[in-house]
Amino acid sequence: MDALQVKKLSVAYEEKVVLKNVNLTIPVGHLTGIIGPNGAGKSTLIKAILNQLPNKTGTVHILERPLNPKDHTVGYVPQRNAVDWDFPTNALDVVLMGRYGHIGMIKKPSTKDKQIALNCLKDVGMEAYADRSIGQLSGGQQQRVFLARALAQEAEVYFMDEPFVGVDAATERTIIAILKDLKAKGKSVFVVHHDLQTASDYFDWMILLNQTITASGPTEQTFTEDNLQEAYGGKLFFMDQTKSNKSFN
Amino acid sequence: MNEFWVLLTGSLVGITCGLTGVFLILRKTAMIADAISHTVLFGIVVAFMITQSLSGFWMLLGAAIAGLLTTFLVQVLQSGGLQEDAAIGVVFTSLFALGVLFITLFAGNVHLDVEHVLMGEIAFVPWDTWDILGFSMPKAVWMLLFVLLLNVLFLVFFYKEIKLSTFDPVFALSIGLPILAMHYSYMTLVSLTTVAAFDSVGAVLVVAMLIGPAATAYLMSKSVSGMIIWSMTFGVTAAITGYYLAKLWNTSIAGMMAAMIGALFMIVFLFKPHDGWTWKLFKRMKLKDTNVHV
Repeated sequence: MDALQVKKLSVAYEEKVVLKNVNLTIPVGHLTGIIGPNGAGKSTLIKAILNQLPNKTGTVHILERPLNPKDHTVGYVPQRNAVDWDFPTNALDVVLMGRYGHIGMIKKPSTKDKQIALNCLKDVGMEAYADRSIGQLSGGQQQRVFLARALAQEAEVYFMDEPFVGVDAATERTIIAILKDLKAKGKSVFVVHHDLQTASDYFDWMILLNQTITASGPTEQTFTEDNLQEAYGGKLFFMDQTKSNKSFN
Repeated sequence: MNEFWVLLTGSLVGITCGLTGVFLILRKTAMIADAISHTVLFGIVVAFMITQSLSGFWMLLGAAIAGLLTTFLVQVLQSGGLQEDAAIGVVFTSLFALGVLFITLFAGNVHLDVEHVLMGEIAFVPWDTWDILGFSMPKAVWMLLFVLLLNVLFLVFFYKEIKLSTFDPVFALSIGLPILAMHYSYMTLVSLTTVAAFDSVGAVLVVAMLIGPAATAYLMSKSVSGMIIWSMTFGVTAAITGYYLAKLWNTSIAGMMAAMIGALFMIVFLFKPHDGWTWKLFKRMKLKDTNVHV
């Protein structure tokens, strides 16, 4: 079974081409990093897969079916700075929003939905902050709330846009533990990531992207210096010094 | 009895605008209310030109369409690369000017004048009555009750949808929420609220009532539902205190109500515990004190 299958996907903003002829096939059960330089189209790729962009050509299949929000197969963590954190609401309420797709239009969240939301908040170590206004949370705590909301979606395939940006070390460890746990449960997770130092520790599958796919496959095969140089356009002179990347040998 | 109707009308404007205004503030589109409050004039005039009647129903319909047209045009200009405030400025001045032109050209001898539209006259509300189902109430009260009902029904059915599509539209889209339809439905409600309110209190007070109470409530609310309650409370408070102060000083009722909205906002802004302006100043002075002694 393939978690994600993308064929001939291209995206243009106005006249500018952002993604060009992207083809991907990724089996279920992997923790996949989407890696590439700034402006490579990493976030655009996720948005295009989730059918949020009008100027898109090509086809996308998730779990071998066209995307349909009513299937509840997809969980999503947008970039943290995409929302206004001064919005008057608390942490539990935001996590509960992850249940809205299951609840359906018009109906109200049930006690069971609230219990699920509370458990997800517990999973990210934030149960003590359930009643806290989201504006009073630190950046790392806000990111955990976003992750908890995606967990509350109880999806099969997760897409996360830069979940490690601007978070503290403890939050980073919590998030990666949860992602590995999702993988152990047979879920598929796609994460936009830009820290090459940690990438090969975190992910067992990689998509290297720079407007088009430069490499995609298991980490040990794709995370090579040649592939990275191609994706980053030869600007990676510092790569020789990275020690944590085991695949450089 | 007349005093009762004026107070009821003012309070209904406060409640309805207070309710609708909450999401204008949260969606950061407060100025679209200013635009719509002016462009409904265009809708009303066109409705009058087509039907040759000043009946409430046609006015509501014309205003709703004008409001939607405003929202739509602003959206179009924005996706064409213009900033939102510039798009609003261009659209509303053009449509408002057209409305004024049409009034002077085609409706010169009818009770539709620009000053009335801008300032309204709440004191005349009790004499213009409608009999519906054997009840005789001022027209303004009927219209406001009707629009309030629509607003309440919308929130009862779509509260969590409008909340999510306001807080995080990207996520809302990913779970299949029709965010564009929500946007236009809500803007229709803003238009209807505007026209129901402005016949009695004028376009300027409508804007004040839509934005002021909700902005004040925003300063002190931790939840959207709390913000709605506070916003309606501030709207009604401004209406009632404004009425009695206007009576006391023998001045414009609508003007006094708008002034009270501003006063309430300033009071909350300055004296709100923990992060009000004076509170912060006080804490800063205390901090300076301790610094000196250390």
